Amino acid sequence: MTRLDVKKTYKLYIGGEFPRSESGRSYVVNDAKGRFMANAAQASRKDARDAVKAARAAFAGWSGKTAYNRGQVLYRIAEVLEGRRDQFEAELRASEGVTAARARTYVDAAVDRLVWYAGWADKIAQVTGNANPVAGPYFNHSAPEPTGVVAVVAPKGPLLGLVSVVAPVIVTGNTCVVIASEPHPLTAITLGEVMATSDLPGGVVNVLTGSVAEIAPWLASHLDVNGLDLTGVTDPALATDLEIAAADNLKRVRRPGVEELLDPPPLDRMTRFLETKTVWHPLGI
Amino acid sequence: MTTLSSTASSLAEATSSDSALRRFLHGLPGVDQVGAEQRVATLGTRSIKTTAKQQAIDLAIRMVDLTTLEGNDTPGKVRTLAAKAQRPDPTDPTCPATAAVCVYPDMVGIAKQALGSSGVKVAAVATAFPSGRAAMDVKLADTRDAVEAGADEIDMVIDRGAFLSGRYLEVFEEIVAVREACGSAHLKVIFETGELQTYDNVRRASWLAMLAGAHFIKTSTGKVQPAATLPVTLVMLEAVRDFREATGQMIGVKPAGGIRTSKDAIKYLVMVNEVAGEDWLDPDWFRFGASTLLNDLLMQRNKMKTGHYWGPDYVTLD
Repeated sequence: MTRLDVKKTYKLYIGGEFPRSESGRSYVVNDAKGRFMANAAQASRKDARDAVKAARAAFAGWSGKTAYNRGQVLYRIAEVLEGRRDQFEAELRASEGVTAARARTYVDAAVDRLVWYAGWADKIAQVTGNANPVAGPYFNHSAPEPTGVVAVVAPKGPLLGLVSVVAPVIVTGNTCVVIASEPHPLTAITLGEVMATSDLPGGVVNVLTGSVAEIAPWLASHLDVNGLDLTGVTDPALATDLEIAAADNLKRVRRPGVEELLDPPPLDRMTRFLETKTVWHPLGI
Repeated sequence: MTTLSSTASSLAEATSSDSALRRFLHGLPGVDQVGAEQRVATLGTRSIKTTAKQQAIDLAIRMVDLTTLEGNDTPGKVRTLAAKAQRPDPTDPTCPATAAVCVYPDMVGIAKQALGSSGVKVAAVATAFPSGRAAMDVKLADTRDAVEAGADEIDMVIDRGAFLSGRYLEVFEEIVAVREACGSAHLKVIFETGELQTYDNVRRASWLAMLAGAHFIKTSTGKVQPAATLPVTLVMLEAVRDFREATGQMIGVKPAGGIRTSKDAIKYLVMVNEVAGEDWLDPDWFRFGASTLLNDLLMQRNKMKTGHYWGPDYVTLD
């Protein structure tokens, strides 16, 4: 007897759940050889709005956790990802057409990067914070705080690209809405499954798949979004427009630039989405 | 409910004794639960966009009874609320004021003073809100207190215990007595539909309150879950529509509690228009008892005005 294939439906990842796009739309995703691979949900502006709402709702809880705890959760994502490495290697080979060795390198790098950022969770404050010498009877210190909800446009490179932009944003206590790479969205959703099962509270990471040009302007102009990472925006005109829209409520923007994903990542992926709080504490009273 | 061909005189007869009242209320046709819920679901899919949505949002703002009914209410909080009721969006003079603020009786004087001659009314909950468990004279004193302090509208709760055990005349007489104590203030009668168990009971309570002289019928106190729902409001809207057909007299409806988003509010407005009719699309005849709803309406209003999504950082915390 022949057996029917059980095909996976790739949906969005919003608020810890996997809903279809509110618009009911989907688009075709091809593999490296141009053959049909799967349909992915094509998110609309309303999905983006829902994702921001979920991210905002998750912010208080996530940023309120201890840095140590956030580090543990990131480490847990790395563990679960490691356990599913075969699935990710297969997906990378199919979607990007890379060799088995190359796919293995990417998965290794993604796991290592998560562990690297997990380590930063309780160390970033020591590096970017300070006890300031002041001329007065005060103990004066500055400490980094997460900025809030960050919208991220993920670069190409379905697995390592997404991990490289999401991990630095959330490790410091921000929550994020990430638009996955438009031509390779499927691995991002599979990564969403990993996050959904690794103690990461729902809404901390929300993954949208679809057209960057359609969704990103709504996130850039959204007054409840506090930061914008444009890493994956390839069109310079669009990047400028997004930056202009983001200026309305003074979002922290990280501009797109040339980066090799396999290189050690720059610290400004974390520091760009931190605010510095300085406290003057009276002494000798 | 076309079978109801009561005239004013036969309605008067219905309230002559406990048994007559029971006969009348139990003689009301039953509510088709599945039908009501399906109708609500269908109406909820109506698409209201662009200019129609703008109008709906402004109308909904004008219908809001901005409410604070917490044990930790302070004069400062009530004044803040009054300021917000008069100018919900201080950056935009075209934004309409809400219909009323709704407070506990001891806060009426403060609300009245803060609202001055703005036209925003003061509603007070009375009669041992929210449970309604107090002696009759206490309830009447509570009502008179609020009216003397200057309340324009009184929100009373019915005795659900008496209603559910079938002592309808007792509930009826209570509403009549409170109505008398209200003087010129308008009376809203709260059923607490979350405790009434069935839609049939909601229909009976609606008729009972209308016969007793309520100006408004209101779903809930907001203290019991479930609070206002679309099907319950549908049943009440049918009741006021049929009551006007029978007597020519118009009664208002106020769903309260659990309405938090503009989308919900617009669903209610569609239902008001389709079930009761256009005449009820007016703050004099339909109100929303809400606190957080207003912020969402303002965010939607600004989204439509500016073309980008708004955030809770730009409206008040309450």
